Amino acid sequence: MTPEIGHFALALALAMAIVQSVLPILGAARGNILWMQSAKWSSLGQVFFASIAFFALLQAFVTSDFTVKNVVENSHSLKPMLFKVAGSWGSHEGSLLLWVLILTVFGAAVSVFGSNIPDSLKARTLSVQAWISVGFITFMLFTSNPFDRVFPPPVDGQDLNPLLQDVGLAMHPPLLYFGYVGFSIVFSFAVAALIEGRVDAAWARWVRPWTLAAWLSLTAGIALGSWWAYYELGWGGWWFWDPVENVSFMPWLMGTALLHSAIVTEKRDAFKSWTILLAILTFSLSLLGTFIVRSGLLTSVHAFAVDPERGLYILGLLAVSIGGSLALFAWRAPVMEPGGIFKPISREAGLLINNLILATATGIVLFGTLYPLFYEALTDGQKLSVGPPFFNAAFIPIMLPLVFVMGIGPFLSWKRADLPGVLQRLRIVAVLTVLATLAVWYIVRGGPVLGYLSILLAIWLFMATLKEWTVRIKLFEVPFTESRRRAANLPRSVYGMTLAHTGLAVAMFGFIGSSVWKTEEIVFVQPGSQIEIAGFDVTFEGLERVRGPNYVADRGKLTVRQDGVFVTELFPESRYYPVAESNTTESAIRSTMAGDLYASIARPASEEAGAGGALTLRILYEPLVNFIWIGSAMLVLGGGLSLSDRRLRVGAPRRGAAKKISDSAQVPAE
Amino acid sequence: MTRALALIPLLIAVVFGGFFLWGLDPDRDPNDIPSVLISQQAPEFTLMDVEGLATPSFARTDLVGNPGPVIVNVFASWCVPCRAEHAVLTRLVESEGQRLFGINYKDKPEDATRWLAELGNPYEKIGADSTGRAGIEWGISGVPETFIVGADGTVLYRYVGPVVGDDAVGKFREALVQAGALERRVGG
Repeated sequence: MTPEIGHFALALALAMAIVQSVLPILGAARGNILWMQSAKWSSLGQVFFASIAFFALLQAFVTSDFTVKNVVENSHSLKPMLFKVAGSWGSHEGSLLLWVLILTVFGAAVSVFGSNIPDSLKARTLSVQAWISVGFITFMLFTSNPFDRVFPPPVDGQDLNPLLQDVGLAMHPPLLYFGYVGFSIVFSFAVAALIEGRVDAAWARWVRPWTLAAWLSLTAGIALGSWWAYYELGWGGWWFWDPVENVSFMPWLMGTALLHSAIVTEKRDAFKSWTILLAILTFSLSLLGTFIVRSGLLTSVHAFAVDPERGLYILGLLAVSIGGSLALFAWRAPVMEPGGIFKPISREAGLLINNLILATATGIVLFGTLYPLFYEALTDGQKLSVGPPFFNAAFIPIMLPLVFVMGIGPFLSWKRADLPGVLQRLRIVAVLTVLATLAVWYIVRGGPVLGYLSILLAIWLFMATLKEWTVRIKLFEVPFTESRRRAANLPRSVYGMTLAHTGLAVAMFGFIGSSVWKTEEIVFVQPGSQIEIAGFDVTFEGLERVRGPNYVADRGKLTVRQDGVFVTELFPESRYYPVAESNTTESAIRSTMAGDLYASIARPASEEAGAGGALTLRILYEPLVNFIWIGSAMLVLGGGLSLSDRRLRVGAPRRGAAKKISDSAQVPAE
Repeated sequence: MTRALALIPLLIAVVFGGFFLWGLDPDRDPNDIPSVLISQQAPEFTLMDVEGLATPSFARTDLVGNPGPVIVNVFASWCVPCRAEHAVLTRLVESEGQRLFGINYKDKPEDATRWLAELGNPYEKIGADSTGRAGIEWGISGVPETFIVGADGTVLYRYVGPVVGDDAVGKFREALVQAGALERRVGG
């Protein structure tokens, strides 16, 4: 019975969404306040019914209700409870339901917390948000109903792909979706602003918290996914430039650009149409990600089951939402007034460079991701793949200058900056950076020049960002107590920026160390085999068979010594899941700040392969890899700090002398 | 901002949409990698032998005038799946009498020599493709890849990835049977 309730609730949510997609925006056009305010109740109704649907599916998973097709395909009665729960969003249908739930949550959040937003803008925003809801709920109801039943019900389920049975991955999709879908509300704001024909500093301020919230969820989601790939997949890497990774990365890059360009719109009333465009593109890229992952358009290690009908439906959705919003942009953006004027050397110019680089980087990733498709279409079926060499060669050289500018940017003042003065201040930082890099070179030796250049820039970013903070609190210039008072009074958004920028520097150490100075050994082993790697002596002691709740595993035992001194034991596993009939590799990792010693074993893929049934042992040493996770956490925390800034919480920003665009005929009376 | 400039994003999106629509064709399988070489003559290449290895060098001329189809395998010591595949290929040579030629792709001679010393050397001839030039001629997308070449030097079959596991070995054996290099297994 519960699944039918869920199904029915979904239909009711659709009804609510349809009402919300028409009534408030009509109200805004006619100045009918009641119609505008109806959005509050319909958005809450949407959340209510979407939650019922979601909990109905959750209940089916938790109780292992094998009359529901989705549960049969993605769960098993022996699975640990956490993964039963996670199974509810592990499939295409379930993840869509989660997507819809988050979509409605954001809509309701705006209607409840956005009390400072003018009625007409809020009403239009919520209507646009409801259009997206309608698109996705109909998509679910017509092509991907998670509540479909099976008859007769099977005795047990087919299990969730064992690779996905991991705590990191259980949390990864919800966070990622919070990011993706969070940008939907920013998109709705942008489209509403285009319809109103008005963008000003106040608009940017209303949009900013939502952008930040979406951005930090996406950051956390991507970092968690990367962490999962690193620990679970057993490939010993954290980023593979796989299409599915790229489609989550593109909205992140665009969203980062948006975050910065919105600052300019907020503070200086400039970059208006650009900010609007970024808002549209960021969510468009999120939608594109959904499309690519679910349509089977590209080959990837992790895609959902493919169904051309679904692909066509999402493409239609994309055409309407992206095509429609960009057409609206083309129509309305040209009449927007340019805002504050600035000199080539100024904070605005610095942020413009940031935006141009991030947009170009996004373009590179987009092009690389879709190039195989373009190529196949244009050459009549010939295929090629674009891999890490392209992305590394194209992406890294363009991002390094960004890191350089990031060090200087925060020192620049608005409108016109005193570059010689700034460079004067940074001289000491530059000297220290070079010295520190030389020290790194002296300790490490060996390795490519690009590696040292990257290290140099990471150190530069780290120190320049800290320096900027000390300048703000006038450390050593004024008495210490005065500095402390200044530090305490700095807005949280400043700390957010400092933390996020140093976080990127910290993560960069991880990126560089673990990719440039990684060492790897792959050998066949038998009990007693010895391997030497990165100064460690590793002995393979033997293998034993162990049993888990829904798998059996071969567990290897490795003893690690350094200079004859015992360091640790490692127990990598090769697991077999009988129900899902698949194997996974559970790597064993000795993790320190200096680096991870990473071991994984694999049985030969078939009996006849492998030399005499020997196991393949793969050992990697990944220096500094933990800095990636620490840096990512700093990025997220920085975003959170900035989000908690009082500027965004209190003091309802008002449209002071709100500037209206020239053709005010389009702007309704308020 | 001028109107023309504001139209650019829309135009780009429309072009992308066109490609996506094309890509959704249900008959299209992005995982299927065809080879332009199939039923064509094997490409022209001449490779030196692997330094320090007794196995003779390998060139295009070795692929014509053979009494039957032969197997050409692209491998490298740095390629993990090649290890797993190696045993399968060795069995095809030793117990089924297949003839196997190797292209040692972007490898160091000393690594390749050590690798073959450790695992055994089933290759009749091996060419050292240190620059990857022959790999380009053969149009490989990665290592390992395995081709079946007919007696007249025509490329009959291409397998991308390691020939490992029942499914893959089955497919490859079937291709060998069709090429006439192998008797169909009784019951298989």
